[in-house]
Amino acid sequence: MNNDYVRSLIERGKRIDGRSLDSYREIKLESGISKYAEGSARCKIGETEVLVGVKFEVGTPYSDSPNEGTIVVSAELSPIANPDFELGPPNEQSVELARVVDRGIRESKAVDFKKLCIKEGEKIFMLFIDIQVINDDGNLIDASALGALKALSEAKFPKLDKDNKVVSGEFSGKLKLEKLPITCTVYKIGGSLLVDVDSKEEKAVDARLSVNVGNGRIHALQKGKDIGFSVDEIGRAVDIAVKKEKELAKLLK
Amino acid sequence: MSYTKRFDNRKFDEMRKIEAKVDIIPRADGSAMFKIGDTVAIAAVYGPRSLHPKFLQDPEKGILRCNYTMMPFSVSERIRPGPSRRSTEISLVTSKSLLPVLDLTKFPNAVVDVFIQIIQANAGTRCAGICAASMALAHAGIPMKDMVAAVSVGKVGDKIVIDLNKEEEDYEDGATDIPVAMTGRNHEVTLLQLDGEVTKEELMKGLEMARKGCLDIIEIQKKALREAIKENQNE
Repeated sequence: MNNDYVRSLIERGKRIDGRSLDSYREIKLESGISKYAEGSARCKIGETEVLVGVKFEVGTPYSDSPNEGTIVVSAELSPIANPDFELGPPNEQSVELARVVDRGIRESKAVDFKKLCIKEGEKIFMLFIDIQVINDDGNLIDASALGALKALSEAKFPKLDKDNKVVSGEFSGKLKLEKLPITCTVYKIGGSLLVDVDSKEEKAVDARLSVNVGNGRIHALQKGKDIGFSVDEIGRAVDIAVKKEKELAKLLK
Repeated sequence: MSYTKRFDNRKFDEMRKIEAKVDIIPRADGSAMFKIGDTVAIAAVYGPRSLHPKFLQDPEKGILRCNYTMMPFSVSERIRPGPSRRSTEISLVTSKSLLPVLDLTKFPNAVVDVFIQIIQANAGTRCAGICAASMALAHAGIPMKDMVAAVSVGKVGDKIVIDLNKEEEDYEDGATDIPVAMTGRNHEVTLLQLDGEVTKEELMKGLEMARKGCLDIIEIQKKALREAIKENQNE
């Protein structure tokens, strides 16, 4: 499929699979995909598939926030998912993906870090959120962010023994999320803005803006790719993301 | 002390419940999922494709490269992403278990990549990975003389059993784990490892159990492959 064809279609407001510019492919969310994780989920957007697992570990707090736990987000662009992905340490793309998902959760305060405190100044929970891409058919950021939130919304606190060690397989209540922020990435191809590109459209993308929205407020932004956005385009992109928040947040309820 | 009853009430020669599915990763040239009890493995095949760096190329035939990885959340205690000595060794023995059935002579200088990921682990992950990989290779249309299946056997307490689960592997009076891979027609053993202690008689008894288990698994693998082909034709 060549980029010119994709571009000429989008110029006329059309897409390869017949969707409108502002609609997502079918989204499927499933939880409990790995029983040894404290929370886990599968997010499918069209043929894009991402698994997310949440593990709790006991750690020590940072000295500037003695009563707060923390989150650690990692993303693995496994070569299982795309012929262009390679083995090895995280590269730019996987680090960016992990950090965009991290900021969406952190800045929206979806997880109240104070509730992750076990003993002030001494012990806190660290939430490891691991994103594993299984099949890359575009729009990994949105799929990963949605999958991470689904996994978190299902996560349970592990039980601790008297030495504050995790007792595996036993739980002490659910992790309650304060809100359900949604990351919607708006892509720019030529003069058009669209959401949820597949891998063929992704090759033609000029720029993208990932907008994290919780209850209509913007919590994180990430502009990506090689060219810029006009201020007007940014306004339109945010409008699209705010509209999509309502639609996608329903999937988590 | 005698191990009279298995923790999950299975018979000593009974494997856990098996599920297999082919064609689970659309971007891959071949893919499969293999589930045995609570252990879930997926595998994707990419290739034959050109091999870089060039000095690894073989002008006589294509090479097989396997990579085995456990997802960080697949076990109780999170695994740090990235290679470990364990996963490196398992990747190696996995590739050696599959090579004997492959004919890569038509693909000089090329590589067939097999990526195995363990989503959920309750013992027997390398065997589940080999079972998934064997199906994924067939699904990718790589020339194969035979199928490969794998299952672990072992000694728990004083009993020889098939398909140990985690509880049995950690049995307090000692457990010996023997992962075995076998080809379907010639019953050639292509993976054999052992940790623990057994007599020769016990080993032979275990191998016979593994042979029966592998043949049952191959039937399940073939059924999953046939289903995937059928679905493809209907489309």
